Amino acid sequence: MALKTDAVGKEWPASTYQVGREKIREYANALGIDNPVHFDVEAARAAGFRDVVAPPMFAVVYSSPAMAPAMFDPDVAMNFAAMVHGGQQFEWDEPACSGDEITTTAKCVSIEEKDGKGFYVFETNSVNQDGAQVVRGTWTLIVRGV
Amino acid sequence: MADLNVGDQVPELRVTPDKYLPHRYAGASGDFNPIHIDDEFAKAVGLPRNILHGLYSMGLMAKANAALAGGDPRALKRLSVQMRGMGMPEQEIVVSGTVKSVEGNRVVVDTVAAQGETQIIKNAEAELEL
Repeated sequence: MALKTDAVGKEWPASTYQVGREKIREYANALGIDNPVHFDVEAARAAGFRDVVAPPMFAVVYSSPAMAPAMFDPDVAMNFAAMVHGGQQFEWDEPACSGDEITTTAKCVSIEEKDGKGFYVFETNSVNQDGAQVVRGTWTLIVRGV
Repeated sequence: MADLNVGDQVPELRVTPDKYLPHRYAGASGDFNPIHIDDEFAKAVGLPRNILHGLYSMGLMAKANAALAGGDPRALKRLSVQMRGMGMPEQEIVVSGTVKSVEGNRVVVDTVAAQGETQIIKNAEAELEL
């Protein structure tokens, strides 16, 4: 069966995430990251951050909501039962701190078949309330048996 | 900054996620896919048990590499990974890495996360600004 590729090039409406201290602390605790800049406002400010700063991979927390409408779009028509998250890249610029409002847009960059598997590649771009570039993500989702 | 050269080993990070870690990570990340938090569901879809979130293991990889900069969250500029093996709770994860290139203050590390013989994250590259 040929893969449906109608969604290549499609962009979805932006999603905005409000970064909060407790969510950063919860994430850092789950990962066992104990640097005080992720927990303590004074420690974060002393290190040059506006407020408690997120660990880099907190990017998944604020950028994933923008991926949901992309993944569930009927134009993408992904078979979730056979899907695995096969690859991920993030490129970071401005750190994400508590109080930030981060807006993320998602775009489908390619849908290709290789070795009987479907490779769905999406890009997300996240900017903060000042328009500063925060992170760019490349998400590769692999569907077996297409 | 530490004086890093091509071929240097990054300090290993060893973590054994406990049985309930996938639940805590699900809450922290918002990813409640049942293959991570429901053992019965995971087995029903052919997995050996509930499995770790790939992005949790990638988070450990970010932590291990940020350690080169004393844990400074500004240091990690890029992390690119492939998630191929399944990570299991209650088994030790070892994140290791080797310096691939050094140009000025930019360091690229080839890094891997493994449980025993299984590479759960591979073909991974971390770029740091130190």
